[in-house]
Amino acid sequence: MIVASHLTKRYPGGHEALRDLSFEIAAGDMAAICGHSGAGKTTLLKLLCAVERPTSGSLVVNGQNLPALKKRALPYLRRNLGVVFQDQKLLFDRSALDNARLPLDIIGLPSREAQRRARAALDKVGLLAREKANPIALSGGEQQRLAIARAVVNRPSLLLADEPTANLDPEAARQVLELFYAFNQVRVTIVIATHAPQTIPHPTRLLTLDHGRLNA
Amino acid sequence: MKTWLRQHRAALGHALQRLWRAPLNTLLSLVVIGIAMTLPAAGYILLDNVQKLGVNASGVQEISVFMRTDASDEMTGAVEAALAERFPGQWRFVSRAVALESLKTREGMADIVESLPQNPLPDAFVVEPQASAPKALESLKDSLAALPGVAHVQLDSAWIQRFDALLRLGRLIVSLLAAVFAVGLVAITFNTIRLQVLARADEIEVARLIGATDAFIRRPFYYSGILQGGLGGLAAGALILLGLAALQAPVERLASLYGSDFALTGLALRHFALLPLIGAFLGWIGAQISVSLALRQMEQGNA
Repeated sequence: MIVASHLTKRYPGGHEALRDLSFEIAAGDMAAICGHSGAGKTTLLKLLCAVERPTSGSLVVNGQNLPALKKRALPYLRRNLGVVFQDQKLLFDRSALDNARLPLDIIGLPSREAQRRARAALDKVGLLAREKANPIALSGGEQQRLAIARAVVNRPSLLLADEPTANLDPEAARQVLELFYAFNQVRVTIVIATHAPQTIPHPTRLLTLDHGRLNA
Repeated sequence: MKTWLRQHRAALGHALQRLWRAPLNTLLSLVVIGIAMTLPAAGYILLDNVQKLGVNASGVQEISVFMRTDASDEMTGAVEAALAERFPGQWRFVSRAVALESLKTREGMADIVESLPQNPLPDAFVVEPQASAPKALESLKDSLAALPGVAHVQLDSAWIQRFDALLRLGRLIVSLLAAVFAVGLVAITFNTIRLQVLARADEIEVARLIGATDAFIRRPFYYSGILQGGLGGLAAGALILLGLAALQAPVERLASLYGSDFALTGLALRHFALLPLIGAFLGWIGAQISVSLALRQMEQGNA
């Protein structure tokens, strides 16, 4: 599912966020990327969803070598990808349901079908009762689950999450992680960046980053 | 194809919603655009009416065809036949005798005319052709001068030429005005669309991250610009109709005082349709520039 080889990311100014990473994540894995803050977890996730490009090395996701992709091709790549951002990036000018259906509107699904699938996604994360609520009225855990609903509404085969439990109380964090586990059970490949790998349920793959290098 | 249509419909819907949600802003923009388009359009209407007024003023376009004094009756007859064929009902014959009589009636001329050994005046035709363009009149003049027995053709066109030059100048001024206001309209759209884009920075960022194409992100803003310009054009049409309605009665009264049946002409229906089209086109251009610039700035801001 993901094959990285000699992946390096250097930012302008010389800071080397990732150095010579090589790893594989198989389809169906529940992978945790862990490390102290500043170790390069977020950078690696940004490379995985092609928000940033590596300085050198190759990174094949879903059979496509990301560094070689043209900018025009990126939107279509991202459509097969579910991403839960660190700051969630929910839109506060519309209801939870409208947030969840945004990816479907983008691909131009008929409104009825989008509505139906967004409801199904909300149902999966236990937010169907709050579909009309504005995200700002949701609790931290509910917002995170809404972000997950939006990430999975496209039925992606790969789900990326950046510190999805960072600002949640233990109970909410447990619910969120269980959701990821549930998606993993139906063969969705999960990659979670976290500073607390012990909380990840049943990880099949553990990558530990230390100052941009991979610790075996 | 179906998806494409659906996405366009959705973008149009969003754009309409945006206009609808900020009614005051929308109204103000439309009024500004409307006024910007009204001024040049009103200029065109004014020129149109002035031109009509000029054409209406009778006796303006006269061609006098003077025969040679030794022209035979056949020659005069040939000219008469030619005129009768080409300008039916638009000419009259002034014989040399009639011309002399009318000269006699002028103050102080009677004695002079009496003292002449013979009538020095030629037979003449006065033509009032319907063609009004100075060029057409010039070529008419030339073709008349070529007829046998014609000594001289005089075109009383100085006034027409001045009038025409004035109209030309007016048209140029109106065109410049239109260009200036077109730039203004693009600038207005540029600004409103820019504000819209910046206000939606979050949405644009998220949409990008979850797989929106550039076209998807731009589309609603294009529709906003097109709608704003188009509706502004309609507003301009409405303003013009109101203005014409208000002026119609006073103008007719003034005309009747001068014994004329002149009435204001407004815009033809196709010209009314042109206003929103021009507005929409300019709005689209403004939106295009604005979105490109704002998106580029946002990208640089994020990097």
